[in-house]
Amino acid sequence: MSFEANGAGGDPAPRILVRRPGTAATLLIRGARLVDPRVGLDEVRDLVVREGRIAELAEPGGAPELEGAERVDAEGLLVVPAFVDPHVHFRVPGQEHKEDLETGTRSAAAGGYCAVIAMANTSPPIDSAAVLGSLRERAEREASIPIGFVASVTRGMAGSELTEMAELRDAGAIGFSDDGLPIANGRVLRRALQYQRLADGVVALHEEDPDLSAGGVMNEGEVSAVLGMAGVPGVSESTMIARDCSLALEEGARIHVQHLSARSSVEEIARAKTAGIAVTCEATPHHLTLTDEAVRSLDARFKMNPPLRTEDDRQALIDGIRDGTIDCIATDHAPHAAEEKEVPFEEAAWGVTGLETAFAALHTDLVLPGVLSLEVLVERMTCGGEPFGIAAPRIEAGAAANLALIDPELTWTVGEEGYESRSQNNCFGGRELTGRVLMTVADGRVAFRQRSFAMGVAR
Amino acid sequence: MKHLLGVDRLSREEIERILDRAQSFAEVGRRDIKKVPTLRGRTIVNLFYEASTRTLSSFELAAKRLSADVVSVKSAGSSVDKGESLKDTVATLSAYDPAAIVIRSPHAGAADLVARWTEASVINAGDGKHEHPTQALLDVFTLRRRIDSLDGAKIWIVGDVLHSRVARSCLLAFQKMGAAVTLCGPPTLIPPGIEALGCEISYDLDGIDEANVIYALRMQRERMGESFVPSLREYAARYQIDSRRLSPRQLLMHPGPVNRGVELADEVIDSPQSLITTQVESGLVVRMAVLYELLAGSDRARPERGPAPADTPTIGQPA
Repeated sequence: MSFEANGAGGDPAPRILVRRPGTAATLLIRGARLVDPRVGLDEVRDLVVREGRIAELAEPGGAPELEGAERVDAEGLLVVPAFVDPHVHFRVPGQEHKEDLETGTRSAAAGGYCAVIAMANTSPPIDSAAVLGSLRERAEREASIPIGFVASVTRGMAGSELTEMAELRDAGAIGFSDDGLPIANGRVLRRALQYQRLADGVVALHEEDPDLSAGGVMNEGEVSAVLGMAGVPGVSESTMIARDCSLALEEGARIHVQHLSARSSVEEIARAKTAGIAVTCEATPHHLTLTDEAVRSLDARFKMNPPLRTEDDRQALIDGIRDGTIDCIATDHAPHAAEEKEVPFEEAAWGVTGLETAFAALHTDLVLPGVLSLEVLVERMTCGGEPFGIAAPRIEAGAAANLALIDPELTWTVGEEGYESRSQNNCFGGRELTGRVLMTVADGRVAFRQRSFAMGVAR
Repeated sequence: MKHLLGVDRLSREEIERILDRAQSFAEVGRRDIKKVPTLRGRTIVNLFYEASTRTLSSFELAAKRLSADVVSVKSAGSSVDKGESLKDTVATLSAYDPAAIVIRSPHAGAADLVARWTEASVINAGDGKHEHPTQALLDVFTLRRRIDSLDGAKIWIVGDVLHSRVARSCLLAFQKMGAAVTLCGPPTLIPPGIEALGCEISYDLDGIDEANVIYALRMQRERMGESFVPSLREYAARYQIDSRRLSPRQLLMHPGPVNRGVELADEVIDSPQSLITTQVESGLVVRMAVLYELLAGSDRARPERGPAPADTPTIGQPA
C-alpha cells in the first residue's frame, strides 16, 4: 500500500490515510545532514523537493537554484524521514475540549510526524461506518498531515460483540483496536482474529488483564508500596500478551501489541517472534525514558496506562528497541484537560501527550548519552505505519516528500512557549531537551514550521 | 516548618522538637483551665473527605485549646458532594485566610496538592493509604513516655500493612527514632517492595518474642471479599495478638478503632501492656504541638514563645 494520502497520486482506490488539501511544496534544502538508515543514507547533501516529491539529492552546493523554490539554509541541521505514529488519541468525536483533528495533527507535525493513526476510543467510539465516514470527512477538512483511523474491534468497545469489521474496512478503517481497554474475553478476540481472514486489517491490542490490574493506578513495586497506592503488576500485561500470541498462532492472524511496558512483555514478544507468530509491537517515549520513580512526586502528569515501570523494565524496552523485538515507537498521545489532571493522582485521568516531545526526549535521554544510535531511533520512529500496511517514508529521489528538519543541538524547555496540542499534560513539561524539529513536510506539504525558524529562512 | 505533609519529610530533630513541645502541653493539660491563647484570632479549617471520629475530634479540640477559631468541613452535605473539585474547595476555604488547613482524604497526595493551592499551612490528617503523620507522631510520643528512647527498640507492626497509612507513617517514624521495624502479616497484605524501606518482613508471628513493642493494625472485613485473606477466622488464628502471644514485658499499641476478637483478643486490649488509651490521649497534645510548630513558629506570630500559661491573657495577639 502506498504511503501517500489521497490527492498525492493517481491511485483510484480509496486512500486509507486522509488529510486536508494543501499546496505541494517546492523546496531547496541546502547542506543538511540527510539520515535515512533504510536506504543507507548518511551524508551532507542539498535536497531538492519539487511539487511535493523528492527530486534530487545533490552534492552540497551542487543543486541549481530552483524557480519558485523556498530555500532553506540547513547547514548543521539534520533531515530525516518524517515520523509515523501508530497510536494517538485525537478525541474526535466527543471530547474536542481535549484535542481535535486540527490541533492534534498540528501537534504531530510540530513533533516531526508526517502521519498518525488515531484510536477508536472516542465518544461515541469509532464502531460504525457512519462514524468512521464522518471522521474521515472532517479529516479531509482539518488534518494538516495524513491520518488513519482504526475502528474498534467490539461494538461500543464493550468487549462482547464484534463490529462490522468488513464494512468498516471497506469504509477506510486502517485496522482495528479497542485501545484504552483490553479485550478481556478470549473467545471474542479469537472470533475477531478468525474474521480477519475476511475483513483484513491488523488487530492492535491494549494488553492488560483487568482482574490483575483492578484498582491499580501505578506500577506495582517499591514505589507503590511506599506511596500506598494500588499497583498494576507487569504480569497483568505479559500474561495477556502470552494468551493473545497463542490465539494469533492458532488462527494464523496478525496482531500488533500496543505500548509495551514490562520486561516480561518484551520476553513474551521475543518468544512469539521466534515461534514465527505474526506479531508486531510498539513502545512509548515515556516508557523508554522514565520510571515509576517519577511517581514519587505524586504528580498526575506521570499517570498513564500502562504505568511507568522500573529501571529494569525500561532497560528491557531499550534492549527491545535496539534488537528489533520492539518494532516501532508510538507516543500514545493522550490529551486531557487541566481539571482532569489537577486532582489527586488516584483520581486523575490516565494518559500523557507526547507528539511534540517524542523525538526530543528520546534524542536527549537515549541518543546523546550513546544508549541508542540515531539511526535506530529514526528507523523505529518512522516505521509505525508498517503493522497497518503503510510503508515507512524514505529519502530517495521520486518518493513523496516526508521530511523532518531538525536542529540536533537546539536546547529548549518543554512547554515554555506552550503546546500545539490543545492539552498540556506532557510528562516532559518543564524539562530541557536537546534536539528540536524546525520544519515538517508531510505528504509533500509543509505541515509545520517553528516560528523562530520560519523567520530565519524568510527570503 | 510550613507544612506537615508526611513523616518522610521530617527529620529526627524535628520530630523531637514537636514531641518535646507536646510534653509541655501535657503539663498544661493537667491544670483546671486547659486553654492557652497562642492562636487567638487565627482560623483553622478541618477539611475531612473521610469519616473520622478520633482524628477530627482531636484536631478540633487541639485548635480550641490553642484558642483558634475552628471550622470543620466534612464531605457529607458539603459542596464536595455537589461535585466541586478539591482545588475549587481549597480556593473557597482559602478566602477565609485560614492559618492552617487540616486535610483528610481518601487519596494519596491530596495534602501535597492542597499545599500547592493555598497560602495556609497544611497538615496531612491521612491521605489515602499513604501517610498519617500525626498518628505516627502521637505513637512515638506515647512510646517515649514508656521507654526512654526508641534507639535499638524492636517494633513489630502486625496486620494489613497494604491498606494502612498508619503502618507507613509509623514505620518511617519508628525508624527515624532509631527503632528496628518488622512488618508482619499475610503475604497478600504486605506490599511487594516495601522492604526497600529497610524493614524486616515476616509472614508469621514466629520470632515476635524479640519485639519490645507490638503494633497491631485494624483488619477490615471488606478485605475478605477481595481474596486478601480467606476468612477472619484464619486471620485471627495466625495473626491475632492474645495473652499467649503478648508477653508481660512487651508493649501493645493499636491505632483504633479495634476489631475485638480479630486483630486483638479481648483480654489484651485492657491489659497493663496496652497503650491504646494513652495513644488517644497523646493525640490531643501532639496535635497541639504540631499546630504550634507550624503556626506559632511562623513569621505571622511571635517566635521563641513557649506555650503561654492559661492564666496570663496575652493582648494584641498578632494575626
